[in-house]
Amino acid sequence: MRKRGLATIHDLARTHREVLYIGSDVGKGTLAEFQQELPNQYFVEGIAEAHVIGMAAGLAANGKIPFVNTIATFLTRRCYDQLAVDVCLGNRNVRLYANGGGLVYAPLGPTHLATEDIALMCALPNMTVLAPCDADEMERAIRTSANYQGPIYFRVARGGDKIVSQSRLGFTIGRALVMREGGDLLLLTTGVTCQIALEVAEALAQQGVATTVIHNHTVKPLDTETLKAYLGKIPYVMSLEEHSLQGGLGAGVARLIAEGARHPTGCFKMLGIPDVFPDGYGRQENLMAKYGLEREAILANLRSWMHG
Amino acid sequence: MVAQGRRGHIASAFSVVEILVVLYDYIMSYRPGEPTWPLRDRFILSKGHGCLAQYALLADKGFFPKTLYEGFCKPDGILGGHPEEKVPGVEAPTGSLGHGLSIGVGFALNARLDDTAYRTYILLGDGECGEGSIWEAAMGAAKHKLDNLYVLIDYNKLMSFGPTSEVWNLEPFADKWRAFGFTTHEVDMVKEPLALKELLSGPPETGKPTAVICHTIKGYGVPFMEHNLDWHHKSRISDEDIARVLAYLEDGHA
Repeated sequence: MRKRGLATIHDLARTHREVLYIGSDVGKGTLAEFQQELPNQYFVEGIAEAHVIGMAAGLAANGKIPFVNTIATFLTRRCYDQLAVDVCLGNRNVRLYANGGGLVYAPLGPTHLATEDIALMCALPNMTVLAPCDADEMERAIRTSANYQGPIYFRVARGGDKIVSQSRLGFTIGRALVMREGGDLLLLTTGVTCQIALEVAEALAQQGVATTVIHNHTVKPLDTETLKAYLGKIPYVMSLEEHSLQGGLGAGVARLIAEGARHPTGCFKMLGIPDVFPDGYGRQENLMAKYGLEREAILANLRSWMHG
Repeated sequence: MVAQGRRGHIASAFSVVEILVVLYDYIMSYRPGEPTWPLRDRFILSKGHGCLAQYALLADKGFFPKTLYEGFCKPDGILGGHPEEKVPGVEAPTGSLGHGLSIGVGFALNARLDDTAYRTYILLGDGECGEGSIWEAAMGAAKHKLDNLYVLIDYNKLMSFGPTSEVWNLEPFADKWRAFGFTTHEVDMVKEPLALKELLSGPPETGKPTAVICHTIKGYGVPFMEHNLDWHHKSRISDEDIARVLAYLEDGHA
């Protein structure tokens, strides 16, 4: 997903002169072809995120669309004030390409884990928050963003994620995608939990449980219209996210339910990362398992919940 | 404005008046009736709390009518305690210190990308230079050889709590800017304000951004305010205080 997104930015820059790429000390040779082909639209800056965001805002104020590429934690926590004041207050067309959203950098520890990035970005007025589930969807997201007014946070997953998105469903910012339908259980996903939810739904189908999976590639603005329609007719609702339970997708859905959008006898459960700095290293899937965000754990969770 | 809002960073504004007058009277190209004219020179008051002076200059030049003064810091006014882009002539919202120079680097880079000749002027506070992001931006400006970028520093040597020399020492200040890759000048804005005009009128050194350390006096023009920390920011300003300030200012014009 990461590479495809970058390649798409390169391609977009060919047809849109205002599209710029700004890397903040990313890996050697990143988008070398871009640099060669469009040197005036390609920048590599230092380890200076606060400055880079201000600079991007200054470029955007003059009609440019800069894509800033670096690690998600540094693109959110380190430069939050610049994002709020320089980017969001003026509704600037700055694009944040945030590598390693969630638990991707598991071996590098909590300094590099972006488990509250969605909450931080959602709290900023004017910010749009996207978490595509695979490379195809990331490409659609970036192409769509060319004609979108305002700042966008792209949460970038690890890469090599199984392709489950479908081009026939299209991609509109702010419009959730119904990936499959069934009347017993509603699974709500964002980012790569879409893949897990589809596997869970498939396993449940074998056991006679019919599942709807709604993929929210846009966490903000949340597609409340689609969500309300399904929350009103499916009794069991579970949100799945590779993010803190504070201020993410589940919290947004909980708010909708609290405001009255629910099945008459419905119940709701949020799965995600508890309010902790994840402890332990390993790989992304090790930490996902630790927090019950893998197929078998979710199935067990659902079994005891729905039949308990 | 202060009579309306009864508050403000008056001394911080008086500190930068001479700098702004030089920029708006002699140096910058702009069209008050067309504030977003693409070829205009760009100015950002990075020390946004000095905005009273900028509002006065912008109104004086015709960017907006002086009747807007009545709304200063009021619920329905557009002139706030820190400047925002809804004010014609304001290029970026400032007030959170340490932001303006990075935005200015973006403006200056944009001029190069678009092959336009506008210049970008950023006015920093001295205390503001304690923000690390200023020095990140300085490195960025030098890296990109932005000779169309000018940094002016209001060196009144007083922060909110006390003197910079005690609270957060900036010296050797000029050497820092030189070391960060700027052609660096110093001017005494009290004794010879027009020296700034001379400095900014000529061509810049090719391939280097310019920094001008402007030695100023906080509260300049009103003796009881000069060097007086009580006036860094003041609220509930009385009629009597306003009358005293005006009396000094009118004397100054006489």
